[in-house]
Amino acid sequence: MSWRTVSGGRIDRSRLVQFRFDGKSYAGHPGDTLVSALLAHGVHLMGRSFKYHRPRGVLAAGSEEPNALVHVDRGGGRETPNLRATQVEIYEGLVATSQNRMPSLRFDVGQAVGLVARFLPAGFYYKTFMWPASFWKKAYEPALRAAAGLGRAPVAADPDRYLRRYAHCETLVVGGGAAGIVAALQAAASGARVMLCDEGAAFGGGLLDERDAMIDGRPAEAWLGWALSELASRPNVTLLARTTAFGWYPDNLIGLAERVTDHLAMPDPKLPRERLWQVRAREVVIATGAHERPLVFPDNDRPGIMLAGAARAYLNRYGVKPGARVVIATACDSAYAAALDLHAAGVMIAAIGDLRTDPRSPGVDAARAAGLPVRTGAAITGSTGGLRVTGALFGTEWVACDCLLMSGGWTPSLHLHSQSRGKLGFDPASGAFLPLETAGQRSIGACAGMFDLADCMPGHAVMGSIAPNGTHAGLVKGAKAKRAFVDFQNDVTARDLLLATQEGFRAIEHVKRYTTTGMATDQGKTSALNALAIVAERLGTTVPEVGLTTFRPPYTPVTFGTIAGASRGALFDPERRAPMHDWAAGRGAVFEDVGTWKRARYFPAPGETMAEAVARECRAVRTQAGIFDASTLGKIEVVGPDAAEFLHRMYTNAWLKLAVGRCRYGLMLSEAGFVMDDGVVGRIAEDRFHVTTTTGGAARVLHHMEDYLQTEFPGLRVWLTSTTEQWAVIAVQGPQARAAIAPYVQGIDLSPSAFPHMSLRIGTICGVPTRLFRVSFTGELGFEINVPAEYGPAVWAVLMESGTLTPYGTEAMHVLRAEKGFVIVGQETDGTVTPDDLGLSGMIAASKRDFVGKRSLRRPDMLAADRKQLVGLLTDDPGIVLEEGAQIVEDPRQPIPMRMIGHVTSSYPSATLGRSIALALVEGGRARIGATLYVPMPGQTIAVRVVAPVFYDPAGDRLND
Amino acid sequence: MLVIPCPHCGPRPENEFRYAGEAHIARPADPEALSDAAWADFLYMRGNPKGRHAERWRHVHGCGRFFNCIRDTVTDRIERTYPAGTAP
Ligand SMILES: [Zn+2]
Repeated sequence: MSWRTVSGGRIDRSRLVQFRFDGKSYAGHPGDTLVSALLAHGVHLMGRSFKYHRPRGVLAAGSEEPNALVHVDRGGGRETPNLRATQVEIYEGLVATSQNRMPSLRFDVGQAVGLVARFLPAGFYYKTFMWPASFWKKAYEPALRAAAGLGRAPVAADPDRYLRRYAHCETLVVGGGAAGIVAALQAAASGARVMLCDEGAAFGGGLLDERDAMIDGRPAEAWLGWALSELASRPNVTLLARTTAFGWYPDNLIGLAERVTDHLAMPDPKLPRERLWQVRAREVVIATGAHERPLVFPDNDRPGIMLAGAARAYLNRYGVKPGARVVIATACDSAYAAALDLHAAGVMIAAIGDLRTDPRSPGVDAARAAGLPVRTGAAITGSTGGLRVTGALFGTEWVACDCLLMSGGWTPSLHLHSQSRGKLGFDPASGAFLPLETAGQRSIGACAGMFDLADCMPGHAVMGSIAPNGTHAGLVKGAKAKRAFVDFQNDVTARDLLLATQEGFRAIEHVKRYTTTGMATDQGKTSALNALAIVAERLGTTVPEVGLTTFRPPYTPVTFGTIAGASRGALFDPERRAPMHDWAAGRGAVFEDVGTWKRARYFPAPGETMAEAVARECRAVRTQAGIFDASTLGKIEVVGPDAAEFLHRMYTNAWLKLAVGRCRYGLMLSEAGFVMDDGVVGRIAEDRFHVTTTTGGAARVLHHMEDYLQTEFPGLRVWLTSTTEQWAVIAVQGPQARAAIAPYVQGIDLSPSAFPHMSLRIGTICGVPTRLFRVSFTGELGFEINVPAEYGPAVWAVLMESGTLTPYGTEAMHVLRAEKGFVIVGQETDGTVTPDDLGLSGMIAASKRDFVGKRSLRRPDMLAADRKQLVGLLTDDPGIVLEEGAQIVEDPRQPIPMRMIGHVTSSYPSATLGRSIALALVEGGRARIGATLYVPMPGQTIAVRVVAPVFYDPAGDRLND
Repeated sequence: MLVIPCPHCGPRPENEFRYAGEAHIARPADPEALSDAAWADFLYMRGNPKGRHAERWRHVHGCGRFFNCIRDTVTDRIERTYPAGTAP
C-alpha cells in the first residue's frame, strides 16, 4: 500500500526519483528527504543503535535526528558517513546505506547473540575494560570497534572542491522560521545588510508544517511565499538555504556551512560541494527554534515511535502518513495539532494519552469535538513490537498501533547562544532554560521560549495555530527506568543515569562523560533536558540546581573538506622557491624543505648516490670552485642616520666604526642572552646596512628588530625593510672563484688587496647591478653575488657557461662549513646556547656597556663551568658517521639510565679529510679536549675523541687568498 | 576570532595580529646597574591576571606597529587599545 496522502506537501508528485537504500530500489518525488521517501514505502527501520544494536526508526524530522544516520556514496570516492537521513534530499541515483548493522538491518547478529549486551551499564568505558589490561588490545577493543560505533570513514582522498567566503553584515538571522523571517523583513527595511540562513532546503521552519494557520488573512504557505519573494527582491538581503550556523566565535564571528551540491544528481562542476562562510555580524538574531522532547518510558525507541511534531512534518511537508493506526502519548498541546492533521488525512487515531489530568486548550477541545479518543492522566509505560511498534501500554492497558507519537513539550535550541558565552536562566513555566540578554545578539521565537506562532510574529495577525503549552521532562511517572532511552544516539537509558548518580556522580558534566549522554553528533538536542530532570529528581534537587552541560561547536557535524577549503595539497602550506629553482630542477637536483623553502640539496650525476654526489661537490669547492644558490638567506635593509647605533645595540659586536664597503659577522642574542640568529652585515653607506639572517630566522629577526626599534629605542631614526625576496644570491666558492667571475664583473677591482675578505663592492655583473660580497661559509675564497631577483637565473646561466663551476647543494654546504667549525643557528643551538658555549666570546665587544642580551651573560648560570660547549668529535673508527642527536656519556659501563653529558649536533662523512667528523655540545667540553667519550647506540658503543671544533685550515689561510 | 582595534588602522580580525606579551615592562635604562635578581625579574616575571590585562600586540600583517591593549582575560573583551609608548 502507499503511505502517501492524496494531495498536499511540498513535493513534485508529477515526477519520480529513483534511489537505493541498503541495496534496494525505491522511488520518491523531488522535494522528498530520504526519510520521507522511505516512510512513503512504509519503511521505518533505518538504523541500529550504537551500543545495543537495537532496531531503530526515525525519531525526528530535522537535524536533531539521533537514529536515522546513513552513509551516502556518490561514487568516485565521494562518500559521507553519519548523515542524518532527515536532511538527505533524494536525487536520481542516490545510494545510501544504513550503519551499524551486522549483516543487515532486519537481522543483526550483534543484537541476536547479545554480543554487546554484556557491556551495557553506564560507565562501561571506564569499568568493563579496566582489567586485565592485556585484554584491551586483544579482546575488548576489536570486539567493540566491530560492534559499536557510528559510520566508517571513507578511505579514498576526497575529490570534491570546497570554498571559503568571508562576509560582513549588520544583521545575521540564524533560522528561517516564522520568527527569523519576520526579523529579517524588519532589518531589511532599514536598508542594512541582512543575511538569513537556514539549515533546511526550504525556508519556513515550523510554518512548513502548519495546515490551518492564517497569517495576515492568508494561509501560512501563501504568506511564506510572499515574505520570501519580498526578501529575495531586496539587494541588501542574502538568503542562504541548506546552510547551518555551526559555531559562534568571539566578536560575532559565525561559521556557516553551506551545502551547495549534495542534493543534486548532476551538479555543475564549477560549483564547490560545500562552502564555509565566516560572517562577521554587528548583530546576530538567533531564531533557531526548539526541539521536541521525547517521553522517557521503557522501549520508547522502537521503529514506528517518533516525535509528534515530526509526524506532522512528514504529513504536511511531504504528504506522507507515518502509520495507519496511530497512538499519541503527550504532555503538550502541540501533539493535538498532529492528531487533528492526521485525522483529517484519514489516519486512524487509536488513542491520545495525555499525562496531564486536566489539559485545557483549543487543541484538546478540537480533538474531542472531532471524536478523537482523548484519555487524560494517562501515562505511557511501555511498548511492544520488534522491527516495528505494535502496541502502546498505558498502565495495564495495551492499545494496538503501528505508529506511536510522543511529545514532552519543546526544548529551546540554545546551542549558538550558549557557544557565545551567553548566560541562561531557568523558566519554571516552560520547564526549560532560556537565553538571557547578551550584547550584540538577541534570541527570538521558540529558542527564546516563544513557542506560540503568534508570539513569534509580532506585528502580524496569526490565527488557527495551536499554542504548544504543556511540558514534561524526565522519566514518565510509574514507568520503569530499564530500556527507557534518554539519549537515543548513545544508547543511554534512564537506568544508566540513575546508576551514575548512585555511584556518586553529582556534577552534570561528570554524569555526561560517565554515561556519554549528550555527546556525539546530536549534542544532546533531544536528550539534555530529560537527562537533567532524571538526575535532578534522583538527587532531590531541581533542574536549575543541576545546571546544563556546555554546548560546543559544531551544532551539527561539519565535513573536514569544508573546514580545510582550498588549503589542501600544494596549497596547504605553499612552498617558497628560490630564483634559481627551475634551473636546479632542470639539472636533476634533489630538494629538501628548509622552513617553507624548497632548497636544492645535491645535484646527482647519472648513477651517483647522494654520498658520492656530495663528496664530488665538496671536492670541487675545495679544489676548483662551486656555485650555490644562497637566495633563501633572510635579508633586511637597515637605513637611517642612526642605523649603525641601532645595529650596535642589537648585535653583540661593535658596528659604529665599520667602514663603508666592509662586512662583519653579526651575532644576535635574545634579551635572555641566548644565541638567536647570525649573519653577515655589510655597510653600503654611512646610513645604510645590508643585513643577512638565517633562512629560517628572517621573519623572527625582523620582528625582534621592530620590537626594539618601536618600543625600546623609539628615538632612533632607523627604517627596516625585508628584502629577502628582492635579491637573488649566487655564492661562488673555491680557489678558482675569482677567475670564474672576473670576466663578467664590471666596475670592481677584484684583486685581493683592493677587495679583501669581508668586504663588499657595488658594480655590475653581466651588466646587471650587483652588491658583490667577498664572504665565505666554506672556508675557501668566496663571493656572494647579490643581483635583483629577476636577474638571478640569467646571471647564473652566464656563470655556468664558463664550464668551471660545479653546482653544489645544501648538503655539501653543510659539510664544508662543518669542516671549518662554522655553526648553524638552530642546529648547533637550541635557544639555550650562549656565545661562549659556541666558543664565540670574541664576538662580544668588550667596549660596549650594553646591547640586547648583554646583562644576561653575567648571570651565574651563564658562567657555570659545566655548561655545554661546542667541541669536535672524531670517532676512533674513521668510517663510522655518528647520528645527529645521539647522546654522549663519559662511562659506557654505568648502569642505565646513564648520565648524558651532551649530544651530537652535526655529523658528516668528509671527503676532504677522508674520514667522518662531528660537532657536539658537551658539558665542560673545552676542558675535555683530548679525552675519549662514548656514544651508546643500539648494538654498539662508539668511542670518540674530543677535539677542537675546526677540522680544516684552522688558521684560515685559504679565506684570504 | 577577536576583532582588535589597531590604533593606527582601525578594527581588524585577530589573525592579522601577533601577540607580544605583557605591556608596560620597560627595558631598564642601564641593565648593568641591576642586581641579578632584579634583572631576572625583568626578564621572566609576568603577571597572569584573571580579568583586566595590559598587553602588547603587533599588527604584523597590517601596519606592522606594536601597540598596547587592555583586554579582559575572562570575557576576552577589549576595553581599549593605544599606541606604544603612551600610558594606559
Ligand atoms: Zn595597524
